[in-house]
Amino acid sequence: MAEQELDRLDVVAQLLKDRGDSLVVTGLGSSTYDVSAQGDNHRNFYLWGAMGGAAAIGLGLALAQPDTPVIVITGDGEMLMGTGSMATIAKQAPGNLKVIVLDNGHYGETGMQEAHTNSVTDLTTMAKGAGIEQSSTIVDQAGVDRLVDSIKRLENAPTFAVIKVSAKSYLRADTVAKTIKDGAYNRARVRVALGVGIE
Amino acid sequence: MTADWPSQIFEKFKEQNVRQVSYVPDAGHTKLINAIIADPDIHAVSLTSEEEGIALATGAWLGGDKSVLLMQSSGVGNCVNMLSLIKSCKIPFLTLVTMRGEWGEFNPWQVPMGSTTQASFEMMGVHVMRIDQPEDVQDVLAAAMRMVFEGGTPVAVLLSQRLIGAKVFEGAK
Repeated sequence: MAEQELDRLDVVAQLLKDRGDSLVVTGLGSSTYDVSAQGDNHRNFYLWGAMGGAAAIGLGLALAQPDTPVIVITGDGEMLMGTGSMATIAKQAPGNLKVIVLDNGHYGETGMQEAHTNSVTDLTTMAKGAGIEQSSTIVDQAGVDRLVDSIKRLENAPTFAVIKVSAKSYLRADTVAKTIKDGAYNRARVRVALGVGIE
Repeated sequence: MTADWPSQIFEKFKEQNVRQVSYVPDAGHTKLINAIIADPDIHAVSLTSEEEGIALATGAWLGGDKSVLLMQSSGVGNCVNMLSLIKSCKIPFLTLVTMRGEWGEFNPWQVPMGSTTQASFEMMGVHVMRIDQPEDVQDVLAAAMRMVFEGGTPVAVLLSQRLIGAKVFEGAK
């Protein structure tokens, strides 16, 4: 019967537990808080705006740093706003790019309005149609385990994964307060961590 | 003047070690795009919408790559919210925009965005430079690249419809 629903914070904790030197780009909203809640890291780039841009930022970073895993962690609403970038990613096909969508079927930041993904829209099918062959939907712990095993692997093509998570929302003023909002500082910090200069 | 202006732009990209060039195609950028696709040291990134190019430029710079975005003036409006990345994260951003909707434009639907291209960039904090004559291409591009890659000022260079020439559009019809 129905397995227990996956919890977003727990899933992100597992994905990042052994991240090594992976770079992580987070999508506006809950995904930024989910990653930040695991502890700050100089290789994290947190988005507080630019909705729809997370995957394309990951692409630019993955092309610039081909030997380093680049993990984009974003939400279904953020991904829906940037679906064109699926095709752009498929065409470039960097094997170090992993786009992971935490799909709760709702717009969590704005009052839990229902998203298209809760009923009619399947982001995995869209990604496959765009040409990202390695696209899958994860609904259980076994699927999360498989993704954790492959997340740092440099492959021949990008990975796109939708993880269906519970619509439970967290009140987390502490995390919001302590997550870096200064984009220029965040950008400089990632560059220093990569040894490519400060500016 | 030894080469045509698209070739001069390409040479400047090579001088500056630009590693990623993204684009939404435009007839006026055809020659430059072909040169970029043919170069093994530059990632030529075809976009579905111009705003992806702003995000791509941000990721490229995070990872140490210089990049340039090529588009047509009609795509500038698509970029407005995404340009908050450039402002908030102080990304050295350069875009070359071929103009439509000005000099002898036959398509009236190009005029609304063409006539507000400069204002759209400026309201989001992007400095605007303009090239009307082919003999100015090298100097203006050198100045723009210095502002962007040495000074960190985001710059949009508008390539006027008069520069691109009516001939391109005759051919592209």
